[in-house]
Amino acid sequence: MAASESTKVTRSVEVKNPQGLHLRPGEVFSRKANEFESNIEIISGERRVDGKSLLDIATLGASQGTQLEIEARGPDAELAVEELAKILETKSVDELTREP
Amino acid sequence: MQTLQGIAVSPGVAIGEALVVDNEGFRIPQRFVARDAVQSEIRRLTEAIAGADKEIAANRDTVNKQLGKHYGAIFGAHLKMLHDARLRREIEGMIRQKHYSPEYAVSRTMRRYAKVFQSLDNAFMKERSQDIFDIEKRLLKHLLRDRREGVGQLTSPVVLLAHNLTPSETANLNRRYALGFVTEAGGPGSHTAIVAEAMRLPAVVATGPFLTDVSGGDLVIIDGNLGRVILQPDEETVAKYRYEAEEHRGVEARLKSLANKPAVTSDGVRVQLCGNIEFPYEVEQCQAGGADGIGLYRTEFLYLNAKKEPTEATHYAAYKKVVLAMEGKPVCIRTLDLGADKLSDDAPASDEKNPVLGLRSIRLTLRNVPLFRTQLRAILRASDLGKVQILFPLITTLRELRQVKMLLSDVMEDLEESNIKFDRKIKIGIMAEVPATALMLERFLDEVDFVSIGTNDLIQYTLAVDRSNKDVAPMYTASEPAVLRLIRSSIQASDKVSKPVNICGQMSGNILYTMLLLGFGLRHFSVPPASLLEIKKVISSVHIKQCQRIARRVMTMEHAQDIRNYLKEELRKQVPELVP
Repeated sequence: MAASESTKVTRSVEVKNPQGLHLRPGEVFSRKANEFESNIEIISGERRVDGKSLLDIATLGASQGTQLEIEARGPDAELAVEELAKILETKSVDELTREP
Repeated sequence: MQTLQGIAVSPGVAIGEALVVDNEGFRIPQRFVARDAVQSEIRRLTEAIAGADKEIAANRDTVNKQLGKHYGAIFGAHLKMLHDARLRREIEGMIRQKHYSPEYAVSRTMRRYAKVFQSLDNAFMKERSQDIFDIEKRLLKHLLRDRREGVGQLTSPVVLLAHNLTPSETANLNRRYALGFVTEAGGPGSHTAIVAEAMRLPAVVATGPFLTDVSGGDLVIIDGNLGRVILQPDEETVAKYRYEAEEHRGVEARLKSLANKPAVTSDGVRVQLCGNIEFPYEVEQCQAGGADGIGLYRTEFLYLNAKKEPTEATHYAAYKKVVLAMEGKPVCIRTLDLGADKLSDDAPASDEKNPVLGLRSIRLTLRNVPLFRTQLRAILRASDLGKVQILFPLITTLRELRQVKMLLSDVMEDLEESNIKFDRKIKIGIMAEVPATALMLERFLDEVDFVSIGTNDLIQYTLAVDRSNKDVAPMYTASEPAVLRLIRSSIQASDKVSKPVNICGQMSGNILYTMLLLGFGLRHFSVPPASLLEIKKVISSVHIKQCQRIARRVMTMEHAQDIRNYLKEELRKQVPELVP
């Protein structure tokens, strides 16, 4: 745990998707978040939710233009924030949903 | 021990384990599980998730194929939510730490999420609460699968505790396992209440909220005689109720000997004693009680259980069954007696402030002539199979009666033209249940063959009391002098022109009033099948002179309570074994 405590990366991003952070982008986000070892959270104002839980993300109800903060703690925090920020800043989910 | 007071709608006592039914008709069974069962309960949760997963995936594939990937993705999201690690941790945590049952834990967790979604400003996200409920339902279905689903499939004896039950849910209860029920909502005039009585299920309604105070499996006593519900009764109370139940069974067994004897007073006056039924199968109970016929065949079940309007064939099949089973004894079929709101789920509910004073019963059928014709045709066709009578409810004015009769003649002509057989001389009757009709009965009698006094509505309309309103419900009583005067004058008016008059309301099935009604001159009773033997017992224990004396005395009294006390005393003198 000591190592993960040491690396904490945060980044502020704006939701670009016209429908906001609804289920599909939320799903893409949580799927990506689960690929990382780091603990990932999304902060919106007073609220803080588990970035690996689609349900939790959905409860934010973040619409287009909302400022969110992504916070990652762990060995791969840097990369995680980098990749996850891209998802929030993409306009259309379809660009992201090219499942293998 | 906790005692609740509701409204008694169906007599009898039930003692048994509670089954708690939530708003959607899903049963949330036991709230807690034993400590050592935690592992197996978590296994059940895992299996339920796997089962729900399969179902959702299959849905997704079908939708993908039929509507395209865009729509299938909705189910993709459901799958993701179902497998959400956080959700799983939360539910498991409740099972492990609080020893909640998986059903209860799933329900609690999912409803919390749904609530969050509902509180969002974003309209699109608000609707996601529906997705959550959908997943909750699926999981519950899988968790409950190996035991029972819905209230229609009980497998062990239980008393049902629900916020509300629909008439069709009630009608579909397995009578072997459903011992009785209690609902937080509902009223005594509701169809659910009538169905309960027909099924001989002790029932109490309108207790107000209490479901949060009770867990599945708790012992509960339903006292359908006093409208009382006792949660977690102490041993003494249970013993007392068990003793009374034994007593009652003893009396019932002794009354069985009366089954095949006609209802005749001790001074030799023959009384016609018929049964009220809702469902064709109740004919059996009527026969077991030695009924002289069916005095009231309610037909609402045909409309309530169906998804769409019943066809003539559906009506006919139901009538045929009863008419043939009664083998030539009279069967009095009453036309639809429902409010517009209950007729169809998707009927736009018009803004009725006073539904009981609104578009219901005969008023509704006269507005929906095709629907009415269908029923009239079926009743007429059934009249060729036995002795059928037709009864029109809620007739208020002579104009209405004439409209109805005109329509009936018209349907008769149609049948004649098509060479379909029916009884051209079918007896036509009206319910006297609106004070206006009771007051004008002499005139109505010129145009009908018989009258049936519907005391339930007559009391409600005469006293201006809504039985389902707890604050005024105690004022609702058949023993109010004004009600008794209307009943007496209706009986006398019919007697004067020698046309049969019967009472088919709850009052006629109550032994308290049997002597009084005989004293008023009533010679036709129609009662719930369960009351047949008791009423017959009273009839055969008394003589008419006595009854007339009682009636005269009652008519001098001013207070409903005094009248009831007096009647109870008289009944105790004449038929002590029936008065506890």
